[in-house]
Amino acid sequence: MTGTVRDEDWVGGSAVILDPTGLHARPAVKLTKLAKTFQSAIEIRADDGTAWTNAKSPNAVMKLRAGHGLPLHIRAAGDDARAAVDALVALVDQNFND
Amino acid sequence: MNDKVSIVIVSHSADVAKGTADMVRQMVGDDVRVAFCGGNPDGGLGTDVAAIMAAIESVYSPKGVAVLVDLGGAETNSEVAIEMLPDGRGANVQICNAPVVEGAVMAATEAASGASLEAVRKTAEDF
Repeated sequence: MTGTVRDEDWVGGSAVILDPTGLHARPAVKLTKLAKTFQSAIEIRADDGTAWTNAKSPNAVMKLRAGHGLPLHIRAAGDDARAAVDALVALVDQNFND
Repeated sequence: MNDKVSIVIVSHSADVAKGTADMVRQMVGDDVRVAFCGGNPDGGLGTDVAAIMAAIESVYSPKGVAVLVDLGGAETNSEVAIEMLPDGRGANVQICNAPVVEGAVMAATEAASGASLEAVRKTAEDF
């Protein structure tokens, strides 16, 4: 799906991961569930990584091992891309409501 | 609630089955129906076809039921239980080839989005 997205179509954002354990299993599930409520393609990237990962895949998000104190980068492409990025940034900003 | 695939957890241990269901509920929430069974009728380790059938029936939905099992007999007894379900319901029930705890959490996360049984099973098995 994301292979057809042109670079200029992505809407981006980022938020710092506050949890001392980083993006561990429970927050990863919350992020995935929220991402799945949007139609847009959504990807995330750890600050120390170059690869973008499908935010709607619980396996992929958990394997990302995004660390504490670093920004999580988020991008989306599609009709509700802006809303999706805003919602995911807010979730990370609120420390996943943990 | 019937618009989502349900999850059934089958372990040799009643404690493992209940603990896995607790993890799913706490991590994924209550929007996916989860049933579990474990142990033999005498309270020891094992699995029981009648208990597995009851667990599946308790959360059955035409949308589908994903079954997560642990070792050997849990799988064979689950296969028997699925075959014995009435009214062709077994066609909407699938065993996931995935580790029971991790697979249950992954399957429930996928199911929460309203995904198909096939998508739920794939997510569990990709772990």
